[in-house]
Amino acid sequence: MTDYLPIIGMEIHVQLKTKTGLFCGCKNDSSAKAPNIHTCPVCLGLPGALPIANKKAIEWTVKFGLALNCKINKNSKFDRKHYFYPDLPKGYQISQYDLPFCFEGFVNTSFGKVKVGRVHLEEDAGKLIHETINGKKVSLVDFNRSGVPLIEIVTGPDMHSSIQAKEYAKKIKQIVRYLDIGNCDMEKGEMRLEANISLQKKGETKLPNYKVELKNINSFRFLERGIEYEIKRQKEILDSGKTPVQETRGFNSEKGITYTQRSKEEAADYRYFPDPDLPPIRLDDRWMDEIKSTEPELIDSVFARWEKDYKVDRKFTELLFETAEESKWLDNLFFEAKKQKLDVVRLVNQLVNRKIKTAFDKNSLYQILNDFKKSVAVDDITDEQLLVIIKKILSINQKAVADYKSGKTNVINFLVGMVMREAKKKIEFKRLESLITSMIR
Amino acid sequence: MKLNELTLKKAIDLIDKKEVALKDIYRDINEKMEEDSKKLNIYLSLDKTAEKKAEEQKNKPLRGLPIAVKDNFLTVGLPTTASAKILDGFMPPYESTVTKRLKSAGGIVIGKTNMDAWAHGSSTETSDFGPTKNPRNPDYLPGGSSGGSAAAVADNMTITAIGSETAGSIRQPAAWCGVVGLKPTYGRTSRYGVVAMGSSLDSPGPLTKTVEDSAVLLNIIAGRDENDATTSPLSVPDYTKNLKKGVKGMRIGICYIDNPKIKGTEAAISIEKAGKILESLGAKVDMVLTSHHLEKGKILNHEHAISVYTIVQRAEVSSNLSRYDGVRYGKDRSFFGHEAKNRIMLGVFGLSSSVSQEELVYEYAQKVRSLYITNFKELFSRYDVLISPTSPSYALPLGATSGDAMFGELQDMLVEPSSLAGNCGISVPCGYNSKTNLYLGLNIMGDYFNEEKILQVASAYEEATTWNSWLKKI
Repeated sequence: MTDYLPIIGMEIHVQLKTKTGLFCGCKNDSSAKAPNIHTCPVCLGLPGALPIANKKAIEWTVKFGLALNCKINKNSKFDRKHYFYPDLPKGYQISQYDLPFCFEGFVNTSFGKVKVGRVHLEEDAGKLIHETINGKKVSLVDFNRSGVPLIEIVTGPDMHSSIQAKEYAKKIKQIVRYLDIGNCDMEKGEMRLEANISLQKKGETKLPNYKVELKNINSFRFLERGIEYEIKRQKEILDSGKTPVQETRGFNSEKGITYTQRSKEEAADYRYFPDPDLPPIRLDDRWMDEIKSTEPELIDSVFARWEKDYKVDRKFTELLFETAEESKWLDNLFFEAKKQKLDVVRLVNQLVNRKIKTAFDKNSLYQILNDFKKSVAVDDITDEQLLVIIKKILSINQKAVADYKSGKTNVINFLVGMVMREAKKKIEFKRLESLITSMIR
Repeated sequence: MKLNELTLKKAIDLIDKKEVALKDIYRDINEKMEEDSKKLNIYLSLDKTAEKKAEEQKNKPLRGLPIAVKDNFLTVGLPTTASAKILDGFMPPYESTVTKRLKSAGGIVIGKTNMDAWAHGSSTETSDFGPTKNPRNPDYLPGGSSGGSAAAVADNMTITAIGSETAGSIRQPAAWCGVVGLKPTYGRTSRYGVVAMGSSLDSPGPLTKTVEDSAVLLNIIAGRDENDATTSPLSVPDYTKNLKKGVKGMRIGICYIDNPKIKGTEAAISIEKAGKILESLGAKVDMVLTSHHLEKGKILNHEHAISVYTIVQRAEVSSNLSRYDGVRYGKDRSFFGHEAKNRIMLGVFGLSSSVSQEELVYEYAQKVRSLYITNFKELFSRYDVLISPTSPSYALPLGATSGDAMFGELQDMLVEPSSLAGNCGISVPCGYNSKTNLYLGLNIMGDYFNEEKILQVASAYEEATTWNSWLKKI
């Protein structure tokens, strides 16, 4: 049996949550209640309609690219990508070909760096709905989604396990939410995952001569399971001396298997050319400065800084917030806590366990610190001090002590209560219990 | 005289002086339509309520006067087909920017005019709804693709008209029908709501009885449109202001007539004569020699432009027609005419990565296109305007285009170079054959957004000549 190294690359599509479409003024709402309510001549591709680029969508794409350490094409453009599909009303999709807004970035994972080849901006297509109406099978088109801004993030073949792919995809979602430019609700199709998987014989340096594209995965877990299944399937084929077919496969989550969707004989010719309806885009220094001024601190650096300054583990802090705005609030909270010589690690712990509720507004910051102080005040009494109090309580309550000794151990609750009353503090039950029992014995 | 024979400017003046009534103008136009419609096949659809609408527009700049509009402009209430069967019966749910501006200025779209299907042609013979005939002589073609609009003006079936040009589609039919046609600089007028042909070339513009009428209409339709990203934000001057300023001191270059294919033709001779007239009016006129290579002071051969234009325009056509995929508009792809299929195939060829290893044929063509841009920039640093024949010949007889796929290009070769560069141009009548009752056109080309200057030269030439004597004076 040969040993193989999985070679995995990913393409992720993320919808941007701009107010309006990428090329028209329609409300950006792909999951509106009724079909075709957010449409206009432009996103329906009517004769004579012309696109106008959404400035915000361009800025957010660049902002996202910068967060992925990308270089930016200062001179960029939109291109037409041609293919026929009933949900594509113009017969072409406005996308970006050779000058994507962002290129050559990377994302760090715990298994190593994943190179991001490009991030480009394009319009989403409509949605096909297959239904049976009056006993007749029909296909319906909903154009609400047509023209919704979509960024496509493409990696190199840099990942080598399903866990790494999952981590990478989760990080992309984290960054999108952090920048507050998309919701990434996978159920609603706001984030779509595709993985290219092949196996390389250990020791080889050349990429395998095939790859299998895994599409239509709508959760991180399915991504992981789909890749796992593919690795197993491809290994069996390779071990039998054959080469897996280059094709697109889907994932059946019920059966936990992948299945053939369509075989690709050759790469399609999309006849890309610059869209003559949209003038080229120049991201001059002024505009770039404007975009950069809205760029928050990189999320990785936020976690690193917190680990250094407050010794708080990313594993926990990343559970506390999504947006950069929220991270800034936490930053203030941690800073203030440290200033007041409070235990930040313990604060994080309590926040994660929801013993204290987070609310990201200015007023609640001091409220939260007070709550925390109260809760830790519980324990700011030493064992020596406690033992003095316990001695006193036990001497007053001889009967209770006798009861305990005779086996009525639940009398301990009464004694704990008495000690707390005497100490005028809430004290951890277990701590008191063990101190009292040790003294009775 | 009949009131349908009025120019736009004259009609406005007479309405203001209360010397004519709007309803009488409509009466005479309707009469003319009844008389000639069957014979000439100019209109594809008519607004029966035009006259009623007109009365409410009396106080606006266009006074409720009728305008014939090429059928590739989307007009709410009137079907829009671009003379293509695929769009037969299509009722647009929105209005093109150009017609919207005309309507809000008090213009009435009385009807939609025939054209080459999808604007693919220079004859109006390729219309899926039958050819339009030249009103000057029905045995001849009106030119195209805005042939219906040019014919409507020449036949007085309207007061004025709107067309669109990709390369020659306004100027060439204007020349063949003996009227004035202005193709604005690319980006001066909005393409929003115009069925797209060559998106990097299409320019809507007026077809009128006089140069002044073109200026009046351009005042209304020109300018930035927030629905068309390729329109220029440059402010719109009053194009009627400098019309009478003459050509004294202007530097004018005569182009293309040294080319062996054109030299000595009636068209070439008429341009030489036009040069003499402009010289006598005080302009400095020289000949600009044609060159096969980019060369200072010379104009790049128009023959290269045909190839470049063919590749670029076909590529854009193949892309723009993709939306008529049979899913919408009720008609499948079998309704595409022969010419459209030809253009789609050639366009796809130019955009296919499998055709050429290094770069797309389309990209190569765009590079050559930039040579024309450079060439015109250089020439317009020496000349105020350049002049040439609009077409190498008078209107050709009906049927002349059948079986000749490159017919349009040969007809348009004189306007293609400047169209590729995006420059503006105007065609005014400059020759007449009394035997056939047909006209020649003088093409006056200008630098970017210099419509004022070409209008000024055209007006001076028009004043100094009698080619528009078909317009009855009042």
